[in-house]
Amino acid sequence: MTENVHSHHHILPLSLYFTIAGILFVLTGITVGVSYYDFGSFNIVVALTIAVIKGSLVALYFMHLRYDNKLYGAILVLSLVFLSIFIGLTMIDTLYRGEIQPIEGSVINENAIIYEQNK
Amino acid sequence: MEHAEHPSYLQHHFADSQQQEETAKLGMWIFLLTEVLLFGGLFAFYAIYRAWHPEMFVEAHKVLDIPMGALNTFVLITSSLTMALSIRAMQVNNKKQTIWLLVATLLLAATFLVIKYFEYSHKFHLGQLPGKYYTYEGITAANPHIFFSIYFTMTGLHGLHVVIGMAVITWVLIRTIKNNFSSEYYTPIEMTGLYWHLVDLIWIFLFPLLYLIG
Repeated sequence: MTENVHSHHHILPLSLYFTIAGILFVLTGITVGVSYYDFGSFNIVVALTIAVIKGSLVALYFMHLRYDNKLYGAILVLSLVFLSIFIGLTMIDTLYRGEIQPIEGSVINENAIIYEQNK
Repeated sequence: MEHAEHPSYLQHHFADSQQQEETAKLGMWIFLLTEVLLFGGLFAFYAIYRAWHPEMFVEAHKVLDIPMGALNTFVLITSSLTMALSIRAMQVNNKKQTIWLLVATLLLAATFLVIKYFEYSHKFHLGQLPGKYYTYEGITAANPHIFFSIYFTMTGLHGLHVVIGMAVITWVLIRTIKNNFSSEYYTPIEMTGLYWHLVDLIWIFLFPLLYLIG
């Protein structure tokens, strides 16, 4: 961790940067490759898993989170927690609103460009 | 020690340069948190409409050009690498290398925008446009214009971030040339790097969500 308090600049070896970039390239190739196969509803799971791995590598090594004060990493994680609350609660509302009580009322904007509903 | 000589880059209100750097970094990370939430609104936009119109999303995403999107992913990851290496070069006091790596980052960012321009102009030509501007007839599922509203809003806001990133990188490039930085002080380049990596990070999620999932 921080062996030397005075030299707080952590200089990483060049090879680490190239290795990380190499892994990111390979993972990009894999995510494009697997997109040609259909895993049904698992498509999004596979794609997002690879994206999360790539994102973590960028954050941990290119953004130095692995070597920096843990507070910065906590802020990033906190932003993702807020994001999941935001998206999670919104999705619960928009998907299941009608199941708790029937949706009544008219269309908000008659001129909204929604073509025929494909139901 | 209160009135002792201090380096020109150290502001009076900081005890030492380490405190100054950590303060800058904390501020930067809080800014990046707001950026995540800014894009988060659009990811929510995506999630809701995808849940409502799954078949339309699958059909509409097929008109996006995967090779172009993949190429742009490679370009942006490479630019993230050159950005990270430019900071490392400054850490070891290799100013010349920092300058060339920042120039490379700028060129890669410009390449990203040129590729994006070709994709956009192709879609403009075919009428694959958001909302009421949508005139394309090749998609049979209902409401395909919603997909293109999402596509253009998300990639547009991301593209705007690339443009702003280029402006900021140009600024630190000029300051590097003017000898403002050394291995002792390079915080502005480091903060620019954090911003630039976040732009890369967001693209890492945009690319599969828009181009690949179907």
